[in-house]
Amino acid sequence: MEKSIAQIALFAALIAVLGLIPKIDLLAGVPITAQSLGVMLCGTVLGARKGALAVLLFLALTALGLPLLSGGRGGLGVFASPSVGYLIGFPIAAFVAGLTVERLSNLAIVPAALIGAVLGGIIALHICGIFGMSAMLGKTLPEAALLDLPFLPGDLIKAILAALVTQSIAKMRPNALLSRA
Amino acid sequence: MLTLACKTWAHPVPAGLKLSALCAVTMLLFVLTSPFALSIAGLFVVGLLLSCGMDFTRQSLLGLRPLWPFVLIVAVWHDPNWQSIILRMICAVALANFVTMTTRLSDMITTFETLARPLSRILPPQRLALAIALMIRFIPVLLHHADQINAAWRARSPRRPRWRILVPLALAALDDSDRVAEAIRARGGIH
Repeated sequence: MEKSIAQIALFAALIAVLGLIPKIDLLAGVPITAQSLGVMLCGTVLGARKGALAVLLFLALTALGLPLLSGGRGGLGVFASPSVGYLIGFPIAAFVAGLTVERLSNLAIVPAALIGAVLGGIIALHICGIFGMSAMLGKTLPEAALLDLPFLPGDLIKAILAALVTQSIAKMRPNALLSRA
Repeated sequence: MLTLACKTWAHPVPAGLKLSALCAVTMLLFVLTSPFALSIAGLFVVGLLLSCGMDFTRQSLLGLRPLWPFVLIVAVWHDPNWQSIILRMICAVALANFVTMTTRLSDMITTFETLARPLSRILPPQRLALAIALMIRFIPVLLHHADQINAAWRARSPRRPRWRILVPLALAALDDSDRVAEAIRARGGIH
């Protein structure tokens, strides 16, 4: 029990820290933030349940007023802005990513984590984001999908990175990879 | 911290009251559709900000900057009721930011724990409080880890670590969580 709470809290802090790393620092010349990468890692490393709880804890503290979202955003305002769909999608993304890695337990860790990160961190997350923008901006779903399109390439890079990081963790701390415990 | 240190009349108002008012007004904003009604709501929001002073108003406007791309998209993309959409979006975000800026984090956490009390069967308050405290405490710790990893990398390489920082940082989080769990258990654990 102590261990679960510590892991959930520490990975929530990890998502926050990844959002604080300046955009340009992750890959040369590609302005993407590592925050949604942190969400993917919560799922692929901690598994569906704990990963989603870590993301929920992160979102709760953001809503309560800590500027933890990338770019120093936070507070209740971000939940009233058009990008609210992505925030609601964060815990769903971690859950789907974790569930995928748990279910594909006979697959090697890299493909399993990559499929998980794509299903959760890209497909589930972007669907939530598109619904959010469509509702908040009064656009049809295809129009909102068009607005979402520019973010896909960056997220694909993040999914690949998440799979590689998960593999490294599996190698170095085999017992810590709870999605495969 | 997004709460402003300067005191306004809204700071001493109980957090629960501000949050319920925010809920009610936000719902009202989404019911209103005519640009006229939403303009009046906008004037009300501006009046609310100005009642807290010029500095406060300037800070609030800075907080609305992330909305610019959306305003541009809605305005350029011909939509029959684009004025309503923009007004509603700005009012809703400005009001939510207003509550955040005038409520201390500790008051917010207390209110949150009160709201979570009906869930105490599945989410015991002590565990929630511990998770919140641990997360807040470990953000600076992990940032410090990230700095150390950066420094160690730079001592060995002229290039920057970039994505290579991810694995040691995630491992640091996992290892720290082991030690924290041991420390809590050594002190009697949680019930």
